[in-house]
Amino acid sequence: MSLAATTPHFKDNVHEALTDARLQRALPHARNFIATRAAAAARLPEFEALRDSARAIKDHTLAHLDLYLETYERKVTQSGGHVHWARDTGEALAVILDLCKARGAKSVAKGKSMVSEEIGLNAALEGAGIAAVETDLGEYIIQLRGEAPSHIIAPAIHVTRDDVEADFRRFHRELPADRDLTQPEQLLAEARAILRDKFLSADIGLTGANFLIAETGTSIIVTNEGNGDLAQTLPKVHVVLASLDKLVPTLNDAAQLLRVLARSATGQDLSVYTTLSTGPRRPGDPDGPEEYHVVLLDNGRSAMLGGQFADMLRCIRCGACMNHCPVYHAVGGHAYGWVYPGPMGAVLTPSLIGVEQGGQLPNASTFCGRCEAVCPMRIPLPNLMRHWREREFERHLTPAVVRGGIGFWAFFAKRPGLYRFATDLAMRALHLIGRSRGRFAWLPFAGGWTRYRDLAAPQGATFQARWRAKSGAVR
Amino acid sequence: MSARDDILALVRASLHVSGAEAPRRAAVASRLAEAPVGVVPQRGQGTRSQILATFKAEAERVRATVAEVASAADAPAEIARFLRENNLPATLRHGSDPRLASLPWSATALEISHGPSDGDDVNAVSAAFAAIAETGTLALVSGSDNPTTLNFLPENHFVLVFAEDVVGDMESVVARLKATYGQGAMPRAVNFVTGPSRSADIEQTILLGAHGPRRLHIVVVGQP
Amino acid sequence: MAESEAVKPPIRVGLFVTCLVDLLRPSVGFAAVKLLEDAGCKVIVPSQSCCGQPAFNSGDRPSTQAIARRTIDAFAGCDYVVAPSGSCAGMLAKHYPELFVDEPEMAIKATAFAAKCFELVSFLVDRLGVKRVSARYEGVAAYHDSCSGLRELGVRDQPRTLLAGVEGLRMVELAESDVCCGFGGTFAVKYGELSDAIVTRKSAKIDASGADTLIAGDLGCLLNMAGKMQREGRAVKARHVAEVLAGMGDDPAIGEPDAGAAS
Repeated sequence: MSLAATTPHFKDNVHEALTDARLQRALPHARNFIATRAAAAARLPEFEALRDSARAIKDHTLAHLDLYLETYERKVTQSGGHVHWARDTGEALAVILDLCKARGAKSVAKGKSMVSEEIGLNAALEGAGIAAVETDLGEYIIQLRGEAPSHIIAPAIHVTRDDVEADFRRFHRELPADRDLTQPEQLLAEARAILRDKFLSADIGLTGANFLIAETGTSIIVTNEGNGDLAQTLPKVHVVLASLDKLVPTLNDAAQLLRVLARSATGQDLSVYTTLSTGPRRPGDPDGPEEYHVVLLDNGRSAMLGGQFADMLRCIRCGACMNHCPVYHAVGGHAYGWVYPGPMGAVLTPSLIGVEQGGQLPNASTFCGRCEAVCPMRIPLPNLMRHWREREFERHLTPAVVRGGIGFWAFFAKRPGLYRFATDLAMRALHLIGRSRGRFAWLPFAGGWTRYRDLAAPQGATFQARWRAKSGAVR
Repeated sequence: MSARDDILALVRASLHVSGAEAPRRAAVASRLAEAPVGVVPQRGQGTRSQILATFKAEAERVRATVAEVASAADAPAEIARFLRENNLPATLRHGSDPRLASLPWSATALEISHGPSDGDDVNAVSAAFAAIAETGTLALVSGSDNPTTLNFLPENHFVLVFAEDVVGDMESVVARLKATYGQGAMPRAVNFVTGPSRSADIEQTILLGAHGPRRLHIVVVGQP
Repeated sequence: MAESEAVKPPIRVGLFVTCLVDLLRPSVGFAAVKLLEDAGCKVIVPSQSCCGQPAFNSGDRPSTQAIARRTIDAFAGCDYVVAPSGSCAGMLAKHYPELFVDEPEMAIKATAFAAKCFELVSFLVDRLGVKRVSARYEGVAAYHDSCSGLRELGVRDQPRTLLAGVEGLRMVELAESDVCCGFGGTFAVKYGELSDAIVTRKSAKIDASGADTLIAGDLGCLLNMAGKMQREGRAVKARHVAEVLAGMGDDPAIGEPDAGAAS
C-alpha cells in the first residue's frame, strides 16, 4: 500500500465532508449522472441483455484468467511490445521507474489511470525527479490542488468552477493576471494550451487500460477529451499500466462491454474516443510510440479469484454505483479515505488494503441496493459488503458495543416466549412515558437515534400480546 | 520464482487449476478462434439506406456535423465551404491515403500540407477505415495513409467516409479489420471516434474541444 | 410455486408481524390482518420474534441462522407468510436461502419457505388479485418507496394502485421517491451523522411535494422520516400504507400524541 489510507477515520472524514460548505455546493453535480444513465439505458432495448452478456464474458474470462494472460502476453510480444509482470505496488513502481531512468525521461504525460493512483505513481515519479503530468482536465485540476480523485470517472467532481479559476490563477503565473476566466470555456482553453506543450515535450506517455484483449494483444482506453489518446501517440514510449482483471478474450467481447460502459458511466452510448493500441510504431508509420510496454499488476487480484469477493473482479470502473449511492452523494469520494470510493470502493478497499484498514466502508451502507440495480456487471455489491461484515464478526473486529448489542438482542430473538414477555412489559412502560407527546426527543440507550431525530413512542402493549388477548390464546 | 510465474501460480491456486486441463484449454482456444458475436442492437441494422440514415442521425446526435456528397471529387469543395462558412483558415493537412491524394484540392483555395501533425495545424482531413451506424462512430486506422496525430491535434477534423464503408456495428468493423490485417493481427492504432472531443470536468457542463478537435465534420461519399 | 394448484381456500396466511410493528405500532399489524381477512384469507399469528436482519447485516451469521430456523419452523403450517414490510419480507424471501448454502437439507427447506413469503401489499395485488380496497382518507399524500421492497421484491406499482382507490385521498409525486431515506437498520445509529444527512434531504423532498401525509410500506423508514420531520417541526403526518388501506387513517399518526386510552 503506497497511498496512506484515512479510511480507519471514516467517521471523522464524514463529519468533515458534511460540514464543508464548499464541498456540499459541488456534490450535487454527481447526481446529474442518474438521469443521463437512465435515458441511455431506456434508449437501448437490448441494454439488459447486454448486461447479462457482459457479466458472462467477465465470468468466463476470470475462470480462465491464467490461460488468457498467457495468450495476451504472447500476442503483445508478437506485435513488438513488452509485458512486465508486477506482483505488487513496489514491483510496478520499480518497472516504471526503471523504464523512465533507462531512457533519461524528464517528464511523463499521463492519461487517467486509477491503478496509477493505487500504486501512488505520481509521488514515486516526483521522488525520482521525473515530472508526472496529468492530462485529463479533471485530473490536472486536482493535481494542481494536491488532491486525489474523488470519483473514478469524474475526479474533480468535488471542485467548483470558482475553485478552478482560483487554482489556474495561482499556478498559471506566466499568463496575464487580468485575463478573463469567467466562462468555463475559457478555463478549458487555457488548460488545453498549457497541456498541449506538455504532451509534445513528454518523454513517456503512460495510460491505464479499460480492456486488454487476449486475441490480439491490444490495450483499449476510452476518453472523451482525447488526452489519453495523445499521451499514447506523441511520446516515444507508451507504457500501459493495468491490473489483471482488465483481460477480455476478444475484440467482439470488448464490443459488448463497451456498450454498457459509457452508458452506465456518463449516459453516452460510447465515449468520444475508444482507442485500440497494439504494439509500437510499424515500419512506415509517421507517428506513434517507438516502444510499447505493458505493466501487468496483480496487487491482490489473484487472491480474490475463486473466493467470496471474486464477483468484484468483473468491475469495469464505470462509476454507476457511486453515482447512485446516497452515502457517496452525502459525503463525496474523499471521505472514503483511499483510492476507490463509493460502493465498489467499499468492497474493493478491504480486499486491497486489508479489512483492518478498510473495514469501515462496507459497514457504512444502508444496503439500499441501488448500486447493484445499476451495476452493468451485476455485481451484488450489498452482499459483498455483508460478507466483509461477516469476516469482521468472525475475526472479532466488530466493535464491542455493536457485538454486545447484537448478542443481547439475539438472545431474546432466539427465545420467542421470553421475547414476547419482556418486550410487552417494556413497550407498555415506554408508552406510559411517551403517550402525552407521542414521541421522545431523548431516550437512554437510544442517543444515537434521538441525537438527530425524534423517536415515536410505542402504542402500548405489543401486537403479539394484543393478538393473544383478543383471540383468547394462552400466553 | 519470477513475478510472472508467481502471479500465474497464484491465479491457478485461487482457481484450483493446474493450467494443463484440456477442457479449459479447449474452451479458451475455441473462444479465441471463433470470437463469438454477442448481443448486437437492432439500432444499427437495416437496409443500406437505413444504415446510412442511422449513421448520420447518430453522428449528429453526438454533435458531429455530416455532409453528403455524390462523389469523392466533391469533397474538397465541401470542406472549403465548411471552413469558409465557419470563418476558419483555408489550410488543410492530410496523409498519403490515395483516396485523399487523388482529389482535386487544387480546384479550391485550400493550402494543403502533408504528413503527421506537430500540433500547430488548425485543420486536417482523414479517410475512415469504416464507420458505425449504431453510434455514429468513425473507425480510423494508423499508418502513413492517415497519421494518428491528425485525429487529435488539429482544432477541426474532417473525415471522409465512403458510403460502402458504413456498417451497422462495431463487430462488423472488427470483421473488416480481420479481413484486412489477418486473424489476431491489428494495425498499431484503431481510433473509434464518436463526435468531437469534450470534457465535463468543470461542474459537469459539457464543453467541446478539450484536447482533441472542437469540430468534427464528416463527409459521406456516394449515396447508394 | 404455483399457488393456484397447491393452495385450497381459505388461504392460511401466517402474519409475520415484524419486530418494529410488534413493539412500536401494533395498529399496522391489525391493519394487515384486516386487509388479509377482507381478501378472504384466514390469518394466523405464530409466536415469533424477529426475522434476524439486525444480526444478518451485522455479520453475525450464526445468530441469523438460529433465528431463521425458528422462524421457518414457526410458520410451517401456513400456505403463505406475509409481512407488512418489504425489508423483512425481503429477508425471508431472498436472504434465508443464502444462509444455508453449506447445509443442503436446510437450504431446501429455506428455499421452499422463501417461496411462500411476501410483502403485504404486493401479496394482496399480485397473488390475491385485489384491485381496490374500501377505505377513506382525507388528505394529500406522497409515497416513499422503501429500498428492499422496491429493489428486492419489485414493490412499486401495487401500493400506488391500491392507494389510488382510497376515497378522499389525493396522491402527489415525491421527487426521488426511490432514494433511500438513510435508515438502514443499525446504520441509522452506527453512522448517525451520515444517516441524518440523508434523511434531512428526504425530509426536504417530502416537504417540497406539498403532501400533508407521507405513506410508506416499512415502519423503520417511517420512524426515521417521521422522527426527522418532527425534529424539524414539519407538520407532515407519517403513516404505514396498510393503515391507510385498511381505513385506519384516523388513528394518531406515527409519533403523534395518543388520542384516547391505550387498548
